[in-house]
Amino acid sequence: MKKIVELKNVVAGYEDEVILKNVNLAVFQNDFIGVIGPNGGGKTTLVKVMIGLLKPVSGEVVYYPTGDDNVSGRLIGYLPQINKTDNKFPISVKDVVLSGLADRKNIFRRTSKAEHHKVSELLEDSGIAHLEKKNIGELSGGQLQRVFLCRAIIADPKLLILDEPNTYVDNQFESELYQALKELNKKMAIMIISHDVGTITYFVKTIACVNRGLHYHASNIISQEQLAAYNCPIQIIAHGDIPHTILKEHNHKH
Amino acid sequence: MFFELFEYSFFVNASLAAILTAITCGIAGTYIVARRIVFISGGITHASFGGIGIGYFFGFNPIVGAMIFSILTALGIEYMSKKTDVREDSVIAMLWSLGMAVGVIFIFITPGYSANLMSFLFGNILTVSTANLYMLFVLTIVIVIVFLTMFRSILYVAFDEQFARTVGLPVTFVNYLMITLVAVTIVLSIRIAGIILVLSLLTIPQTIANIFTKDFKSIIFLSIVTALTGSFAGLFLSYYFNIPSGATIIFFLIVLFILARSFKTIQTTLRLKSQINRKA
Ligand SMILES: Nc1ncnc2c1ncn2[C@@H]1O[C@H](COP(=O)(O)OP(=O)(O)OP(=O)(O)O)[C@@H](O)[C@H]1O
Ligand SMILES: [Mg+2]
Repeated sequence: MKKIVELKNVVAGYEDEVILKNVNLAVFQNDFIGVIGPNGGGKTTLVKVMIGLLKPVSGEVVYYPTGDDNVSGRLIGYLPQINKTDNKFPISVKDVVLSGLADRKNIFRRTSKAEHHKVSELLEDSGIAHLEKKNIGELSGGQLQRVFLCRAIIADPKLLILDEPNTYVDNQFESELYQALKELNKKMAIMIISHDVGTITYFVKTIACVNRGLHYHASNIISQEQLAAYNCPIQIIAHGDIPHTILKEHNHKH
Repeated sequence: MFFELFEYSFFVNASLAAILTAITCGIAGTYIVARRIVFISGGITHASFGGIGIGYFFGFNPIVGAMIFSILTALGIEYMSKKTDVREDSVIAMLWSLGMAVGVIFIFITPGYSANLMSFLFGNILTVSTANLYMLFVLTIVIVIVFLTMFRSILYVAFDEQFARTVGLPVTFVNYLMITLVAVTIVLSIRIAGIILVLSLLTIPQTIANIFTKDFKSIIFLSIVTALTGSFAGLFLSYYFNIPSGATIIFFLIVLFILARSFKTIQTTLRLKSQINRKA
């Protein structure tokens, strides 16, 4: 299997505070990794290092671009946890999604007809075609989240990273989202951060526990004891008739 | 008698200045308003007074001094707020008053009466110099070309800097370039509206345009038209009543804003009513 990105002995933090120690992680084609961990454990920090927003203090992040997409922006699509964007900013939904096609090598880049068409198609598939011409300030939180998801995948990244995508969305969109991700997983690796451990274990293939360090768990079944061993103090919230501690029942889903 | 005015070269100069200012302020102002950096622009504007004072003291064109001061202030604010942990608004306040202080000191120690000082403070479109006009012309060409060729990059960086970084756009370069263009636009408009009032040239037309459209490009075009109307109205009022042009332009624009706002309110009320009636 092809490697997409690899973290080697990465140490990362802010100013004089080290948040993540000795992180080793390789993401391969077709991976579907669920990232879990307590608040402040360093999940968002890990993502920032992976997409190049935060320089590691030591260690390295290696990208394995394929063919023409040797741009980290195209290699990795990213849906941020919190959108600090200004919802009064004069920009349309269409332009926001188009921005996912921006290119580092060409600051003078214009958009093509084909790209506009692609945006319309993607919005259609996401069930928000009617919002295309709207200003982003006129959307609900969940609609906005869908728009940002479109922006993250419009450039067909090899790896899609979602930082708590279920923050604003209703139950229906949440299950739609997971279904969509499953579909997308055929084309790209996915890494999803979520506090909803019970639910994501349905969909992910492997789990990464992040709490000031990273423990990779090469399966989607994890027990409370294992979490404790990984220094990952979170409760698995069971849904429906799922046993409280062990989530083995989900195995057949994959 | 209206058209006779254009036989005077000062009036032709003033008209050209009005047109070029409308274009540059229409574009730069839309960027300022969209990014909510009006306060930064205020800092840049007032800090330029330091350059004006130094220009007076050493006897060179005060606008050149103002240009140097405002660009340095603009770059300083951008640099200090991104690279140090001093809060942005505190940086602005510091540089704002530093520039004013330098200006006051140098004007105070300049012997004799500082001729034309009033026109820098309040603007006088009727005395725009040919040199200022040339500079304005060059700026117009540069800013139009930059926006035509880099529009997408500018828009994306202004909207979501962090995302722009992740797709690899040169965010820092775009930010420095834009803040420099904003600084130069402000300085070259000082002759028209004066330090105290120039900011309204970069914000009121945009606010009016924003009432009717929420699209970045459309706001630019509509603000240019609005600014053009405002600066010509101001020009005539200033000529006939012998009032500083800055004041007449702003006064006219505010009236325009109130009219636009009222029009929009009435329009939405009517639309809402007809919608309710249709459903009933
Ligand atoms: N910009 C920053 N400057 C300084 N410290 C930061 C910064 N961002 C995060 N931190 C610190 O780094 C630690 C990890 O933060 P991070 O955002 O990575 O956590 P997280 O695992 O994503 O948490 P959550 O589940 O709440 O999103 C926290 O202790 C936080 O205080
Ligand atoms: Mg986080």
